[in-house]
Amino acid sequence: MDFLTWTGTAGTTLLPVLQLAVVALALALLAKLIFVLAGLDTPRLPGPDGATTGRSPGDMAGIAARYSFYAALAAILCILAAGAVMPSPVEAGILGAMAVRFWPVWLALIATFVLSIRFRRKLGLYGKLFDSTVGMIGFAIVMFWIFTAIFAGMIATYDPFSQIAGLKNDAPGVAVPDGVGYGWYLLGGDHLGRDVFSRMVMGAREVLKIAPAATLFAFMVGITLGLPAGYFGGKLDTVISFLANLVLAFPVILLFYLLVTPEIRDTGIPIVLAALLFIFPIIFLCTLWNSRYYTNPPRRNLYVGITLLIGLWAYSGLAFNMDPLGIWSMEPNMLNVFVSVVFVNSPGVFRIVRGLVMDIKARDYVAAGQTRGEGPWYIMLWEILPNARGPLIVDFCLRIGYTTILLGTLGFFGLGVSPDSPDWGSTIDDGRKLLNLYPHPALAPALALMSLVLGLNLLADGLREESLKD
Amino acid sequence: MGKFVLRRLGVMLLTAIALTFVVFYLTNLPPNLEKLARTEGSVRMTEEAVQDWIEQNGHSGSVIGRYGQWLGVVPGWTYTDEKGDTRGRCFAIGEDAANAPRYCGLLQGDWGYSTFFKKPVVDSLGEKLAATGWLMLAVMLVMVPTSLFLGVLSGMREGSATDRTLSTFSIASTATPEYVSGVVLVALFATAATGISPLLAEYGLIEPKKTLFLASATSAMDDITFWNFALPVMTIALYGIGYIARMTRASMTEVMTQQYIRTARLKGVPFRTVVMKHALRNALIAPFTVIMLQFPWLLNGVVIVESLFNYKGFGWTLVQAASNNDIPLLLACSCVAVVVVLLTQLISDIGYVFLNPRIRLA
Amino acid sequence: MTASDTWDPSQPILEIEHLSISFFTRLREIPAVMDFSCTVMAGEAMGLVGESGCGKSTVALAVMRELGKTGRIVAGSMKFKGRDLAQMDDEELRHIRGSEIAMIYQEPMASLNPAMKVGAQLAEVPMLHSGMSKADAWALARQIVADVRLPDPDRIINSYPHQLSGGQQQRIVIAMALMAKPALLILDEPTTALDVTVEAGIVDLVKDLGEKYGTSMLFISHNLGLVMDVCDRICVMYSGEAVETGNVTEVFDKMRHPYTQALFRSIPLPGADKNARPLISIPGNFPLPHERPKGCNFGPRCDYFQHGRCDETDVPMSHIPGDDRHDSRCLRWQEIDWSAPSAAREVKEKAEIGQVVLKMEDLRKYYNVSTGAFGGGASKVVKANETLSFEAREGETLAIVGESGCGKSTFAKVLMGLETATSGSIMLFDENVQSTPIQKRNTDTVSQVQMVFQNPFDTLNPSMSVGRQIIRALEIFNYGASDADRHQRMLELLDLVKLPRAFADRMPRQLSGGQKQRVGIARAFAGGAKVVVADEPVSALDVSVQAAVTDLLMDIQRENRTTLLFISHDLSIVRYLSDRVMVMYLGHVVEMGTTDQVFAPPYHPYTEALLSAVPIADTKVERKRIVLEGDIPSAVNPPPGCPFQTRCRWKSQVTPAGLCDREVPPVQMLEGGHQIKCHLSREVLATMEPVIKIAAE
Repeated sequence: MDFLTWTGTAGTTLLPVLQLAVVALALALLAKLIFVLAGLDTPRLPGPDGATTGRSPGDMAGIAARYSFYAALAAILCILAAGAVMPSPVEAGILGAMAVRFWPVWLALIATFVLSIRFRRKLGLYGKLFDSTVGMIGFAIVMFWIFTAIFAGMIATYDPFSQIAGLKNDAPGVAVPDGVGYGWYLLGGDHLGRDVFSRMVMGAREVLKIAPAATLFAFMVGITLGLPAGYFGGKLDTVISFLANLVLAFPVILLFYLLVTPEIRDTGIPIVLAALLFIFPIIFLCTLWNSRYYTNPPRRNLYVGITLLIGLWAYSGLAFNMDPLGIWSMEPNMLNVFVSVVFVNSPGVFRIVRGLVMDIKARDYVAAGQTRGEGPWYIMLWEILPNARGPLIVDFCLRIGYTTILLGTLGFFGLGVSPDSPDWGSTIDDGRKLLNLYPHPALAPALALMSLVLGLNLLADGLREESLKD
Repeated sequence: MGKFVLRRLGVMLLTAIALTFVVFYLTNLPPNLEKLARTEGSVRMTEEAVQDWIEQNGHSGSVIGRYGQWLGVVPGWTYTDEKGDTRGRCFAIGEDAANAPRYCGLLQGDWGYSTFFKKPVVDSLGEKLAATGWLMLAVMLVMVPTSLFLGVLSGMREGSATDRTLSTFSIASTATPEYVSGVVLVALFATAATGISPLLAEYGLIEPKKTLFLASATSAMDDITFWNFALPVMTIALYGIGYIARMTRASMTEVMTQQYIRTARLKGVPFRTVVMKHALRNALIAPFTVIMLQFPWLLNGVVIVESLFNYKGFGWTLVQAASNNDIPLLLACSCVAVVVVLLTQLISDIGYVFLNPRIRLA
Repeated sequence: MTASDTWDPSQPILEIEHLSISFFTRLREIPAVMDFSCTVMAGEAMGLVGESGCGKSTVALAVMRELGKTGRIVAGSMKFKGRDLAQMDDEELRHIRGSEIAMIYQEPMASLNPAMKVGAQLAEVPMLHSGMSKADAWALARQIVADVRLPDPDRIINSYPHQLSGGQQQRIVIAMALMAKPALLILDEPTTALDVTVEAGIVDLVKDLGEKYGTSMLFISHNLGLVMDVCDRICVMYSGEAVETGNVTEVFDKMRHPYTQALFRSIPLPGADKNARPLISIPGNFPLPHERPKGCNFGPRCDYFQHGRCDETDVPMSHIPGDDRHDSRCLRWQEIDWSAPSAAREVKEKAEIGQVVLKMEDLRKYYNVSTGAFGGGASKVVKANETLSFEAREGETLAIVGESGCGKSTFAKVLMGLETATSGSIMLFDENVQSTPIQKRNTDTVSQVQMVFQNPFDTLNPSMSVGRQIIRALEIFNYGASDADRHQRMLELLDLVKLPRAFADRMPRQLSGGQKQRVGIARAFAGGAKVVVADEPVSALDVSVQAAVTDLLMDIQRENRTTLLFISHDLSIVRYLSDRVMVMYLGHVVEMGTTDQVFAPPYHPYTEALLSAVPIADTKVERKRIVLEGDIPSAVNPPPGCPFQTRCRWKSQVTPAGLCDREVPPVQMLEGGHQIKCHLSREVLATMEPVIKIAAE
């Protein structure tokens, strides 16, 4: 079997096109920058008939940049598409073959977009996202990785832990001896001879298992503490704010080095922290129901009861590993990482919530709630919180990205997670020792992590833009 | 003004004490001490021997007491064994206990003895801090002007093509943590296998098998050159550039929609002057705070980059101290980090007041 | 400039012809101004009047060619001194802006650069346009600052904008506009953000300066009275079109457009009475730009609408013969009997005034505030309310009048229980609620005292449907036994405030300002409130909607025999609807009595000035001009003695001299329970003349 080339047969014609387009793009951007600095890009005011009176050199450079960008994009898409229709990976090239492996993701993405765009007018803020190009691109990238995580078992070509000794550090596209399994290591082998491509795909699952959940818990903690701090102010605010600033003043890495170690697991500190942090969602939901339905005790009791039942059940399992049914549990390693990430993220959320509450509590509808004798928690949870949702959703997206980075940092320093875990951070850590000789094992997870965080950032940007238009 | 600074200093002191205590507590947990005993003594020590070692070396007793000793507000420990030999915190074995000072802690300038470097913490930390200082300086020199420039450029005409291009760049760079950008930069510029180095070698611009930039910054410890320092600096700066540029852009676009900018335009002020004279000062107030608050994050970047590029500075020391259970060194590193963070916060608060004429202290 | 050299002063300064402006969004073109024409001659002041959204500010910005990225002039011309502004390029525009045409804006604080000294912002203008040296420019700035009657110009030009009060800031903005002695001054609601007594000073200044420099003015306002004070000519706009234009007196006395007429009928003028001569609101709503009807824009709301005629073709402006450049955009102006009294005038019975419901005695509310940033500095006591005593009876309307900082909002908060009083008592149905915060009050007390808020855009929770918000109030007040009961009651409440029942499922953002305010009223009356505090409930609404909301409030009050505490700064509306009036200044009640007593001499000197400051849109009314010096002192730092002594014009008549500086005056009881807090002797008070005289018809 042969080595795979990057672009397969289609590449011979398309590769020069791509190169040309990229060079043109770089030149055009440079020219644009120079023109902007030279002040040659002043937009002409539109005349009374609405036509622009002429184009400045800056505009011309901008147009050139745009078209060369489209050309480059088209070339890449052609390579991928060509690869997808080629009969075997040899003709398809590495990129084409990867495109084929991701087929369940493409299918799911297309279905999501078609449905969402079809019904976007009925979907509130989510639907409005599809009015913004930036937001759509971000959403597509994020969904790409979510679907990858879901379908990872179908996409991966090899078991992420199995080692083939002969393929240590081999370059992308290397053929597997005896044609075992798929036949090629699409993105090469790592220092133990494992398939980089499969590890990257399975890594998505690891990352997306923790990051959103940890962020959600951080939000629960931050909201439950930030609401009263912002609303009541005074001593309570001073104390909580001081504690939050304390955590924020800690350099994150130091905190991780102190909090995520095998020794600390022996002392039981993570369990104490978990017991403290995991109780917040239950408090939050109970207060939410009680403040709203206390005028209607039967309904209140029903909601609070259900919350307590499910909440305490999950709580006993997650925090103390004592779930009688054994459904909820978290291994100590994971718990340690999870708790630390929640702990580090909560003060940031707290600060945002507190600021938003201080802003919104001056509104007349809050005063109206007070004058009809509403309790403070009803006002916080039902009058203030829903109206702070825009900035909070945006921050949630950004924070998942930030949490992903944090998890990567942990992996990068080999903290917490098991040594051969395929998560992106530890894979980068594994790869960096031989970085200047064999960059590919580190590069693949690095680019994956970067694209996911970029997607989340773009998504947040799109959401921010659209929620401001209200 | 004086009162304000005093209050801030008070809060800072409280924060510093709280933080160092937390660090002290977490580094002096029993499992860590047991591990220390086994590394200092012998790996095959029995449980009792470990406990004895801990007691004999002043690691028993209440945490608060030991923290006080470390700070230098509680007299240092002494221990006399059965043979009558006295050991203590404030004197080496064999010295006379009577001549030794009673207190020896942070306040007396005694930072302890590094078990990893085998020399006093102050000595080893000093040179590492200097190395990191150069790195930080270079990062600041690259990061601040670039990011402010990009931010103002994209913020002055919101929605223009320039704005969109630069914003995309900023978002991309904030989405790239140091350990990713480091890897990508090395792959692009510092390996003989990929990136531009093989191309340059092919054209004969650099020697074959050599790379354009160096993937290790160890040599920069002695002699900083562009080729060994550019990649670590760029790696740290890149993340910050995106972040600060986005902040500057947001602040600039907000200022550009203010009524006083319209007033200036309708006075007949040319656009360039509107930006330079009317918008800039107002737009830079917010990013200033952001730049100062970037320091804690920069510290993160420093740790990652120094490990990645093997540059033996403060961050590298922190990693070594933590992974080798070097308690005094780790404590010292934490102290430095905490002080740096708190000082930058103070500077950012005071600077904000001076930059913003609307807030003048009564 | 070249234009000035060749321009003949007998020609118009500004000549706008058939101007149309549109804003372009991704979805559609939104026409903002259609077929607008007007002419401003040298030295003339042109008033542009209309409700919000009618396009008056767009016209002003179009003259400055400042329409943003989305706005575009789609037709017509704007000739300034004979040259078309619409055809100028950037460079030419830049020379005109600031030097030949200057603009004054609504928000003085926002339109000054916070990081630049006032002097630098002023001096910039001549340095830019006539290349003046920096020293000369600053000297000129100092002189102009003195011209706009600011005290201590040397200190002013060296201060930052935030160190000046709102009135001073607006004077600086005016000074900035005058720096280059422009030929045309555009004023966009220049006094809307200011207090009435401060506004009077600014209006006087603008008038004087206009005469002194011979500047033409384009004065944009929603306030007809203000336009009458300042302008020679007026142009009334409705939904993007000029509907009537002409001399101020001609338009005011013989209006020839149904909209102008309806507008005048909906504002309270002296002599209007809520029972005998209620205001007539304009039915319906202002059309959204993309929902304008065919034919006459005002057609659907017009009393004289004729089907098949008014909704057929676009209506052109037609000249009214005999008058000076008086035009109307009405097809039927010749057929309408303009002097006929309005048809829908139903006389309502005055509500009977019953028992005392609310009684306040010696109420005081002091705040401790710390001065200086970051909580440092000494703490000070702000006396927000000082010895407030009064009673309010069932079915009565008590108006509380005062400008910003007078303590009227604090008073409302104390009454509602959001704050507790420092001392004194509040008796509500024989129950002392003075020191009971709202959480500790029982549901009955809470539901009996409710509030209507000022800002319609803020009064409803944006993320909860209208029906849900009213139902929540019912739940809290323990109304009804089931959800169905409460739902039924909610629908009835919507009927009560004359909103369609379908609105129950709407979100607040789908409602107009007036509709939101109605929901706010429905919510306040959900628990059968006995005392309602209305904190400037209509001041943020457009004139035509104001009347409707005010009448609604009055109707509900009459039915429920509610005690209404009506907080307002607008004396016209207070005079129209209240039974008794309480005038407040810096926390003190300076005058209290029945409406007739307060609005007739003897006055408290502050009431006198306040009355004279309110512009009245009636040519038959004669008003004595009393312009107060300076601004309202800060409540944090009130003057010693009588709070009003710094601005009082009667101070010299008090014996012994200097008494006002030392002592807070006692409350004088005049006949009929009329109270005045002033040192002036009864003899002097008796010499006061009425401020407002209605000329015999």
